[in-house]
Amino acid sequence: MTQPLLRAEGLSKTYEAKRGLFRAARAVQAVAELDLALDRGAALGIVGESGCGKSTLARLLLRLIPLSAGRITFDGQDITGLDEAAMRPLRRRMQLIHQNPSAALDPRLTAEDAVAEPLRIQGLATGRALRDRVAALLSEVGLPPAFLHRFPHELSGGQKQRVCIARALALEPDLLVLDEPTSALDVSVQAQILDVLDGLRARRGLAYLFISHNLAVVRQVCERVAVMYLGRIVEEGTAAEVLGTPRHPYTRALLGSVPRLAAHGIAPAAPGEPPNPASPPPGCAFHPRCPIAIPACRDAMPPLATLSDGHRLRCPRAMEVSP
Amino acid sequence: MTALLEIADYRLAFDTFDGTAQVLDGIDLTLEAGGTLGIVGETGCGKSVLARSLMALNPMPPARVVSGQIRFQGSDILAMSEREMRRLRGRAISMVFQDPASYLNPLLAIGTQMEDAIRGQDAAVGERQRPRAAARARAAELLAAVGLPEPARLLDSHPHQLSGGMRQRVLIAMALAGDPVLLVADEPTTALDVTVQAQVLALIARLVAERGLALMLITHDLGVVAAACARVAVMYAGTVVEEAPTADLLSRPLHPYARGLIAAVPDLDHPEHRPQGIAGSIPSLITPPQGCRFHPRCPIATERCRSEKPLRREILPGRSIACHHATP
Repeated sequence: MTQPLLRAEGLSKTYEAKRGLFRAARAVQAVAELDLALDRGAALGIVGESGCGKSTLARLLLRLIPLSAGRITFDGQDITGLDEAAMRPLRRRMQLIHQNPSAALDPRLTAEDAVAEPLRIQGLATGRALRDRVAALLSEVGLPPAFLHRFPHELSGGQKQRVCIARALALEPDLLVLDEPTSALDVSVQAQILDVLDGLRARRGLAYLFISHNLAVVRQVCERVAVMYLGRIVEEGTAAEVLGTPRHPYTRALLGSVPRLAAHGIAPAAPGEPPNPASPPPGCAFHPRCPIAIPACRDAMPPLATLSDGHRLRCPRAMEVSP
Repeated sequence: MTALLEIADYRLAFDTFDGTAQVLDGIDLTLEAGGTLGIVGETGCGKSVLARSLMALNPMPPARVVSGQIRFQGSDILAMSEREMRRLRGRAISMVFQDPASYLNPLLAIGTQMEDAIRGQDAAVGERQRPRAAARARAAELLAAVGLPEPARLLDSHPHQLSGGMRQRVLIAMALAGDPVLLVADEPTTALDVTVQAQVLALIARLVAERGLALMLITHDLGVVAAACARVAVMYAGTVVEEAPTADLLSRPLHPYARGLIAAVPDLDHPEHRPQGIAGSIPSLITPPQGCRFHPRCPIATERCRSEKPLRREILPGRSIACHHATP
């Protein structure tokens, strides 16, 4: 068996939430005992609502914030304890794409400069070779040479996101972590960016960790999907299973809440709102909103069980109550 | 029967340092009492500017009315004084916005803000302001009407103690304070999580049905329109390109832009239908394309589209398209 490109085991992140000057700090668990693996060239979607810890997870996996517990392996190498200097050569191989391309680009750099910057810093190309490489990268994401000398304010949102993607590609990474990459874009532009992302993965064998609240977008991009609720994975499996025949009641509620073009009207699929991570409910975090909860759900956090087909599910009730 | 709201040949320009942007270019729309109309379109199509026009909330200057009328219950909003407008605003027409947090004062309790709004309404229509206690009772009633539990306790809370969904419900409750006949909702669920969005859309649908409210819902999300509106108008670059019953438009869009927009939405239930982008990008409104504003991106554009602006015409009963080449 080949080893995954990226693996997290027992990954946890606890923030100390200060509660005023004289009160004791309270721990907020943003990510809890999370296991996942991403194969080379694969695309894993992370979905969930605000506060579920999906963006914290992205930052943890890239070692941008310190983790509280657990282990991260990248390409077979344990990177959990690496210091900044030891991480630097690996950073080239893992890149982050943000939601808001306007905030991610320096307003004083042209598209060409923005993409050239990482190459220049790493000393990978100069002069003519650098310019050719930058032009090739921009062309790969669908920006013709006419855009080379434009500043961010002269670009549309979709064009800016293309520049961000080209910049991330400059160092030939193995992994792109995409945090809501199309959420700030119009739907007609989103479709274009999804095409760019699909093409890149096919050509370059990139792996994607694709974070999004948009289930339909994740269904387009990813083969596998993990659903998070309050810092934990509640269901994980192939996109077809998780988003086609969901088993966890939270996944079902998420899917049931998405307004469909073909249906008139909408019925809420789950009552209430995601709980505050600072005061999570006891037992299964979803039980106060769950239509199939029983008293036992309040007593203990159910384990994330692995079913025979590799599907993971944190709900013993869902396995009892067949869909 | 006269319509509740009639927008006729409404043109609005914004004077900027770079030139005059023709932001709304001849809008014609009608909304009957109790009707629900969705306005969809992408960034910069003018949908929010149109919504704000109904409440005279666009700052003038830089905004400038070039032509047209917005008749609400027979009187032209564009001709009203600020004083007349204040009687209408929040009373006959009220509005909810995208980001509930920025429309609540973080320093004041919910109860105080609602009392102020209710008493402000009294003053705006020239009545004596009711006492705080009476305003508070009314506030509690409104919170219950939008499905918020424990209204009394909520009135003593501050905005930061509420979730996003609760804040939006509070703002909807405040919008109901003057018993409006028209609710204008500008992306009311865009900042909310999907499970909460479904709850708020169901709430809006219930209020519309129970109170006979007319609804104008501005959104970029076609699914939201499907959930809440009987009719829909699709906007592109300051013009309405198609207006139709929602189910008809979503199942069989006729205008090339409406077709492109719907084809770009990824379908959760049919992932085999790849979303298709629309080539090109939205035009500058300072130098908009001649003729049809969509022609540079349109797959079926001809010479006529480059020179002659298509007028919206009814091509099926209750369905109108602004396209030279549209066929039923």
